[in-house]
Formats: sequence, structure tokens, C-alpha cells
Amino acid sequence: MARPSRTEAVTWLLFSAGGMAAALVVPVLLLLFGVLFPLGVLAPPAYEHLLGVLRNPLVRIGLFMLCALALAHWAHRFRHSLGDLLRVRALNTPIAVLCYGAAVAGSVWAALVLFQ
Amino acid sequence: MTANPSPARLYRPPVSRLWWLRRRSYLLFVLRELSCVFVAWFVVFLLLMVDAVYAGNDSYQRFLDWSGRPWVLVLNIVALAFVLLHAVTWFNLAPKAMVVRMGGRRVAPRFVGAAHYAAWALVTVVLAWIVLGGS
Amino acid sequence: MPDTITMQVARYRPETDRAPTIQAYTVPLRAEWAVLDGLNYIKDQLDGTLSFRWSCRMGICGSCGMTVNGDPALTCGTFLADYAPGPVRVEPLTNFPVIRDLVVSIDDFMRKLPRVKPWLIRDGDSRIGAGELLQTPGQLDDFKQFSMCINCMLCYAACPVYAAEPDFLGPAAIALAQRYNLDSRDQGAHERLDLLASPEGVWACTYVGECSAACPKGVDPAGAIQRYKLTAATRTLREFLLPRAAR
Repeated sequence: MARPSRTEAVTWLLFSAGGMAAALVVPVLLLLFGVLFPLGVLAPPAYEHLLGVLRNPLVRIGLFMLCALALAHWAHRFRHSLGDLLRVRALNTPIAVLCYGAAVAGSVWAALVLFQ
Repeated sequence: MTANPSPARLYRPPVSRLWWLRRRSYLLFVLRELSCVFVAWFVVFLLLMVDAVYAGNDSYQRFLDWSGRPWVLVLNIVALAFVLLHAVTWFNLAPKAMVVRMGGRRVAPRFVGAAHYAAWALVTVVLAWIVLGGS
Repeated sequence: MPDTITMQVARYRPETDRAPTIQAYTVPLRAEWAVLDGLNYIKDQLDGTLSFRWSCRMGICGSCGMTVNGDPALTCGTFLADYAPGPVRVEPLTNFPVIRDLVVSIDDFMRKLPRVKPWLIRDGDSRIGAGELLQTPGQLDDFKQFSMCINCMLCYAACPVYAAEPDFLGPAAIALAQRYNLDSRDQGAHERLDLLASPEGVWACTYVGECSAACPKGVDPAGAIQRYKLTAATRTLREFLLPRAAR
């Protein structure tokens, strides 16, 4: 008898929120910090300014939400992709546990870094 | 003529493990899915940077130097390409997945898509302004 | 345009063959001929043993779906001239077991379709005297696209998830469930939830989108599935958090 899956409902909602957050926020931040600043195209922000921004409680909470949701997005999508590509049924549960577990661990790390 | 002939042997074609290489659209799909790995990489990169900033100016400078190393730079350029792929495919698919109603009528999908891109532009400008505000 | 074109047709005779083979036939290349016309020419003039399904030959019955040059297609709406100078390869529809030659078994779909309850469900019976169920053009537009499905199964042939996971309900079945969920006259959405929100329902779909690309009637089953994911998620959680209120 088919029953609605609560875990899929939750993981999909997190995946969706994470995908939207990542799509909106990550490109510009990665462009700046990952490419333009290291290449010297733009001057990186002064230390005091960046520290000031990152000390702001709203920024900390916002970045934590971004990290947690982005990791949830990765976990859900990666788990399904691995399943589709490998197609070994016995591996499905271990893959799911590893992926969601890693997302939780990563979120804990994010909290430790951001709220130190 | 028998009344109930035995069922003929059905042929079940094998499914290739390289199914995703068969069509361009499948390949694009797999690339889109793998973009999530680079989203996760960005989270790691971001947390390393935040950690470095909280630890002081010296560690912040060391982080900037490290991010200029060739392998890190190449990784981030590749990551940026994949993250852009993620964003574009996300915003293009969003209108098909949501039906928005205003004033009792359905908003045309292209306006829903345009709204997403507009939000993306706004967020980009605001974040860039915040980050660059001090330099 | 040359006079003829070669059709490479998959043959499978379960009495004698272990696996399908390809047999080549040369058929006339007429500007207005579809692949189906070529197959009928083969059966009438060249090889009466070739087996394939077809009926309306105008894209409404859904019988003639096959794989043409690797793509799922309705052979009545796919034209030989578009493949000139050829050859054109015609194989049975992907992801379905082959009964004979180009004929596949769609038993799996026939079992899944009634499970989504693709009919109007009403709370209690209405008497004839109560009159018709009224619907505005706007309400019709809400579900009309999903009612265009002709059960041709091209979407199942295109779906890589169905290829790997035969338990997956599949694009057409879910689109047809949505056709009723979104119909203002229907009151049975909660009856379809259990199956649609199960792991073999919408959650197995990873939005590849190939089903909508393959659909000859513009149904967009991928869109139907994605829309239902939000419904399924919110309803599932609401029933978990507020079991009485949700009913």
C-alpha cells in the first residue's frame, strides 16, 4: 500500500530552498572571492570592512542559512544523481545516509565557524 | 489452435550504464545535477574565508594568497561556470514548476522567469555593494 | 529527392530469436509518406510477417509510438523525407519489454493508470435533477493541457528514471492524475495523495524534462510533476503536523 513519504517531502523542500538560495547568492560571491579578487581584477575588501560585515548578527545568520540550505541542496541532488549513475540498489540507503549526514556535519561546522 | 497459447518470451533490452552519454540533453542534465558539487565546494570555500577573517588580518591575507594559487583559481573558475549553469537552469525551470495567480488570472510563465532573473540581478548588486563597500 | 529510402527495422520473433535483429527494407520515398506508411508498405508488399501497432494514423490514438533513429516518435507523424537519404532505423519503444518485432507490452502502464484514479471523484453522489457541474473557461484552462494525453508512452520511453526504476509511476500517469487534481469539478485530490506522494510517485522524478520534450501533444508532464511536488510536500507535512485539520 503506497504511503506518502515524509522524508522525501522534507528533503525536497530543503533542496528547493537551497537551490533557490544558491542560485541567487552564490554566483556573485564566487565571482568576487573566487575569481576577481585573486586575479587582481578588483581590489579585495579591506580587512576592517569585511570583518565588520561578517560580525553583523544578521549576516552571520544569513550566511548560516545559506550554508545549511546549500548543503541540503547538494545532499539531495547528489544522492539522487549517484543513484541514477551507479544504479546499484543496495547502495541507495548508504548513499543517502552519507549525503544527508555530510550535510548535517557541514551545517554544524558552519555554525561553529560563524558563531564562534 | 490452442485456446490459451503460452505467453511468448518477452525481450527486455538491457539498460546501458552510459545512458547519459547517448543524448546531448541527457548530458546537459547530468552536468546540471553535478553542479551541486560545486555549490557544496563554495560552502567550504566560504567557511574557510570567514574563519580566516575572524582569525585576524594576517590569516585573511594568507587566505587571499591561497585563493590566488593556480589550482584554487582554476577550481573556482570551473565552479563558477557550474554555479552559473545551476542558476540559469534553475530560473528557467522555475516558471514551469509554479503557477502564479494574480487577480484571478495566471501570470504568464515568461514573467515568472523574468521576475526570477530580476531578483537575481538585485541580489547580485546588493551583495556586491556590501562586499565592495569598503575597498 | 531520391526515389527510395532504406528502412532498418528491428525484428524479434520470440519463437526463434534470443534478441532483436535489424532487417533492411527499401521502400519508396514519397514526399507525404510517414514512417508508418513505410511500415505498411513493407507489410503489404515486402514482408507480411512484420508486426506493429497502429490505428488512427493521425496522432490521436497513441498506438504507433516507436523509436525512430534513436528518438521516441509517433510513426504516423514522423516523415520519411525528413530522414532522406536515410537509412531510417525503426525500433520498438524504449523501456518496454518487446512482445514481437515492433510491438511492446504496456501492461506496466495499464496497471499503474487506474491506481492514480483518473476519473472525477465527488464527495457523495449528485442527483441528475441537481443539474450539471458548471465550469468557467478559466477553470478549464487549469487542467486542459494535461487532458491532451493520448497514452502513447513516448514520455516513458524518454525517461531515464523509468529506465532504471520500473516502479516509478511515470510521467503520463502523474500528468493524468494532475488533470483530475486540477479539475474544479474533482474532489478526490486527497485520495490520490498516498500514491503520488510515495517514493515511486513524484519523488522519483529528477526533472530531466525529456518526457515533455518527447510528448507529441504538448502535455508537459515534467511541469505537472514539479507542480505536484510542492503540493505533495506541503500536504504530507500538514497531515503529519495537523492530522485532523488536513482532512
